[in-house]
Amino acid sequence: MLERQETLMNTQNKRKILGPCALVFTASNTGSWRLERPLVDAELCVRCGTCAKYCPAGIITIHKAGETPVEIDLRYCKGCGICVNECPKRCMKLIPERGEE
Amino acid sequence: MPIKMLDGNGAAVEAIRLVRPGVIAAYPITPQSSIAEHLADEVADGRIKAEYIRVESEHSAMSACVGAQLTGVRAVTATSSVGLALMHEVCGVTSGCRLPMVMYVVNRSLAAPWSLWCDHSDTMAERDSGWLQFYAGNVQDVLDLYLAGIRISEHPEVLTPSMICQDGFFLSHSMQKVNVPEDDTAFGFVGSYQRRNMYLDPEDTMFVNDLTPTDDYGEMRYQQMVGFRNAARVTEEVFAEFEKTFGRKLEVIRPYMLEDAEAAVVTMGSMSGTARYVVDELRKQGIRAGALQIVMYRPFPAEMIARALKHVPVIGVVDRSAGLGGAQPPVCTEVTAALHGGTNDIRSFIGGLAGRDISNHSFERIFADIIAIRAGKTNTHCQWFDVKVNAMDIRTVSGEEES
Repeated sequence: MLERQETLMNTQNKRKILGPCALVFTASNTGSWRLERPLVDAELCVRCGTCAKYCPAGIITIHKAGETPVEIDLRYCKGCGICVNECPKRCMKLIPERGEE
Repeated sequence: MPIKMLDGNGAAVEAIRLVRPGVIAAYPITPQSSIAEHLADEVADGRIKAEYIRVESEHSAMSACVGAQLTGVRAVTATSSVGLALMHEVCGVTSGCRLPMVMYVVNRSLAAPWSLWCDHSDTMAERDSGWLQFYAGNVQDVLDLYLAGIRISEHPEVLTPSMICQDGFFLSHSMQKVNVPEDDTAFGFVGSYQRRNMYLDPEDTMFVNDLTPTDDYGEMRYQQMVGFRNAARVTEEVFAEFEKTFGRKLEVIRPYMLEDAEAAVVTMGSMSGTARYVVDELRKQGIRAGALQIVMYRPFPAEMIARALKHVPVIGVVDRSAGLGGAQPPVCTEVTAALHGGTNDIRSFIGGLAGRDISNHSFERIFADIIAIRAGKTNTHCQWFDVKVNAMDIRTVSGEEES
């Protein structure tokens, strides 16, 4: 997401804009306040994409092949747990940010 | 140019049709309702080729219009009274994002007391929301000011939204003869909408109205001030072009018999014609009366008003809103500031609240006060000129007075 915006800005001609707007958004990453984050059991996952559809932040990518079926961009994940609740295979869980892995 | 019999809301719908909006989102509220209803008819019958979004409130109506206009079309809404109050938050977004939206406001008093009838308290509460404000004096103005407002607001050096204000019922529901321009002439005058400044486009993304630090906020307000300063100039240019195109004169202020006036009133909206009628009557009696109608209230044409009034010894400013707790109510405050340093005796008059008629008798009374001051017979005047003498006792219940 961030990379895309930076590329966009570098390729655009400069022009003046009045009022509040931004082409680079650096303030939307989650920071250090998230208490839990989702973890996927890659053995059980069937790559159905339900978690990605429900993610309110739109930061889940499903890989149809490869060892990692579900890629979660933790820079923006708020740890809301909706993906965990929606997973039809119950192969996701929330784990604490601090403490045991 | 075809002449039609239209009320103010009918003229508003005609004007909106002529500028070919892309999106309409309006929530009905008395006395604006027939605008929202007839716009829906126009869209259903294909005379306006726009998306009509049914919304659950005025806050949503203005929000939908902000999003719509950012995609590059004219977005249209209209409201009144508490509807405008509910829009207040988003009105600031529209102006702060420099979206040149033009909105009809059908003036109605604010609650409480709950009322359906005309005064200017709704738009006066929005006078610092960053919108231009124009007040129609008759139904022709209602149509004409909208077409001109589109050109003024959308001017690249202005990019500031406009409220076209018309007095509820006195104009909105009053049938008058209206010159409605031909479609092509009107659209030729306003032109097609040009997307400028910020926009929403999936092919060329930007974040609009993100959190802005202290570092930039004041600068963005300064940018808006420059927009208002330019609007004063652009309005005169657009009004001149309007007259050339349509043959009708639009003015920022309408001075009447002021050249030799000894006493004059300052008015806004539908009361202004009555003021001029009373000036004529007084002139027949040999009294040198005059009147000044303010059409453009934001940006406030202070210099023009000062030029028009500087030689008038006594001036009565009529406010159709109470301006509670102020040194003066809003119009009088501005006129006083415009004439600051002069020798004029400026008197504030408050009345016509919630649809109380400002009749010829009202102006006769106001003129009697200021003419007596001019003649040195008194130094006082009746500010609340139409309030009943028993104002403090209009509701009573049985029982002892509470101590």
